[in-house]
Amino acid sequence: MNKTVLKTALAAVLMFGFAFALIPLYNTFCEITGLNGKTSGQVAEDILITQTVDENRVITIQFDASVNSKLNWEFRPTEFEMQVIPGKLYKTEFYAKNLSNSEITGRATYSVTPRVASLYFNKTECFCFTEQTLKAHEEVIMPVTFIIDSKLTEDINLMTLSYTFYKLES
Amino acid sequence: MSHAAVATHDHDHDHKPKGFVKRWLMTTNHKDIGTLYLIFALTMFIFGGALAMIIRLELFQPGLQFVQPDFFNQLTTMHALIMVFGAVMPAFVGFANWMIPIMIGAPDMALPRMNNWSFWILPFAFTMLASTFFMDGGAPAAGWTLYPPLVLQGGQNLAYAVFAIHMLGISSIMGAINVIATIMNMRAPNMGYLKMPLFVWTWLITAFLLIAVMPVFAGAVTMLLTDHYFGTSFFNAAGGGDPVLFQHIFWFFGHPEVYIMILPSFGIFSEIIPTFARKPLFGYVSMVYASAAIAFLSFIVWAHHMFSVGMPFGGELYFMYATMLISIPTGVKVFNWVSTMWKGAMTFETPMLWAIAFVILFTIGGFSGLMMAIAPVDFQYHDTYFIVAHFHYVLVSGSVFAIIAGVYYWIPKWTGNMYSERLGKIHFWWSAISINVLFFPQHFLGLAGMPRRIPDYSTQFAEFNMWSSIGGFAFGLAQIFFIIIVIRTIKGKGTTKATDRVWEGAKGLEWFIPSPAPHHTFQDGEAVKDEQLAHVSTH
Repeated sequence: MNKTVLKTALAAVLMFGFAFALIPLYNTFCEITGLNGKTSGQVAEDILITQTVDENRVITIQFDASVNSKLNWEFRPTEFEMQVIPGKLYKTEFYAKNLSNSEITGRATYSVTPRVASLYFNKTECFCFTEQTLKAHEEVIMPVTFIIDSKLTEDINLMTLSYTFYKLES
Repeated sequence: MSHAAVATHDHDHDHKPKGFVKRWLMTTNHKDIGTLYLIFALTMFIFGGALAMIIRLELFQPGLQFVQPDFFNQLTTMHALIMVFGAVMPAFVGFANWMIPIMIGAPDMALPRMNNWSFWILPFAFTMLASTFFMDGGAPAAGWTLYPPLVLQGGQNLAYAVFAIHMLGISSIMGAINVIATIMNMRAPNMGYLKMPLFVWTWLITAFLLIAVMPVFAGAVTMLLTDHYFGTSFFNAAGGGDPVLFQHIFWFFGHPEVYIMILPSFGIFSEIIPTFARKPLFGYVSMVYASAAIAFLSFIVWAHHMFSVGMPFGGELYFMYATMLISIPTGVKVFNWVSTMWKGAMTFETPMLWAIAFVILFTIGGFSGLMMAIAPVDFQYHDTYFIVAHFHYVLVSGSVFAIIAGVYYWIPKWTGNMYSERLGKIHFWWSAISINVLFFPQHFLGLAGMPRRIPDYSTQFAEFNMWSSIGGFAFGLAQIFFIIIVIRTIKGKGTTKATDRVWEGAKGLEWFIPSPAPHHTFQDGEAVKDEQLAHVSTH
């Protein structure tokens, strides 16, 4: 009987841990499958070697930026749309300005739509999840360089990269 | 206790502890703890029901008459939390405590002291939960599913709700461990696994479900707590978290949870139907396997609760087909109940009436569930009154009917008094008609697009809502009548003495001990006889 109790109690404790294990599992799952629009952070430029460029295929990338209501910043892309050829390296910039009279730290999250396309969106330089501190009324230009993977499926010819800046609560 | 009781049952020398504190507060007796659980569940049923009455009162007419929207949301949230965790689950644990040791010929539960703890945690947990009504900002109002970010914006009640959930989770897990330890180790000689009554089987499976998912729920609410108070970002997009992740974790718990609430009721009806059909249960072994199959499938279908969050087609297809698969073992069960009744020498005592109503109404609830399993149409039904109608058909005419039927079925054994068959039948017809007036129109409301969890609605929904409210008041009143019947039976007013067997030709160990059941039973560890058992498997 002690054995039964011990085993079942242990199972309960393990399942409590399993709830927390679901978080890395979920994130890994989303990264692998590209569900939820999560792209796999930053990648090295070496990826260019593996690309087969088809100059005739042009797709449109839209840029979107928004600021959470708690953060008194201005934040926008410097260009709203870009025509790109999959397999080539491109660069764009985002502009941010602190509108308040005090120093604020923010942090950006991003997503790619359509979700499955996020698997093919490789950023070689970005400001995802890095903490960005702006002094009162300070402006900053933040570059994003990216390569759309040439293996991108035929049915996708429009993608949106969206950033949202949140205030980092200390 | 009274000398009269001793005189009428001179074989019943049961050494009950004297005084309230020793008898109830410090009890380790499975029957007393079972009684405590059942009384607690009934109290919570009335409390949760009262909240529902206010909800139906507000929805009687369009416009805001009695309560403000914020309080209305508190009502729907607390109604669900209290009914699920305070009424239905404790009631089934009460049945488990009372009946499992008797049904398997064990002297008591395996861990009687822990059993006392499992119960006495509950009143404190629910006092804490209910106290949030009196706090600034009121009770939790984000729905019983506690989705972030809404639930994190509701004030300090979150901490109370989370701790209450932790406590009742601990209580459930201890109860489940106790049930498993009892069933696996304390069966009387000759009580093989495939001779156990189905109520014992379904509870064994339920206990495993509880151990697997209650800790996951505890983990999920702990994450809500740390997100709110300690600056973590499990579900906070700003910190790289994901609110949709909460829904996945919640429903990984939530879907098995709905089977935790229905499997024991399958068990109760699988005891009642053979007794009144005077035939052994049709397909006993298939019932056991079907219960296990339902339990297994419950772990792999959770995302059908969240088709509309945005999921890839592959995911929607998988969860749709997996969900539909559940209707196969459930269909096996319904088939077996009907086949048990087929050509049986049926009589229609009150427990049997509830059982037949259950088979019909639960099947309606099952079919509306099947409709919502279809991913493309779920987008229309999602978060409408259609889902409200669905889960009330399975939870009220499934679980609650099982609890009521179980009380009628076993109360003669518990109290030694036969309840009034006439009052029981009035209670049944009153409830069976009013529940359909209450919930059936909600199907139409949902299909016409009335969203759930709103205090006010467009005027085209007025008529059905009025019917639903009238049905609701009638159903609520019927349950007050039920309490009167129970109290009269306990006190022996207008009742007759129950025989030991109670029901003609009833099988199962509980019918071979005296009525009322002595304080201690099956102390001698004698082997059980096959002819006493309802299900002697030929396997």
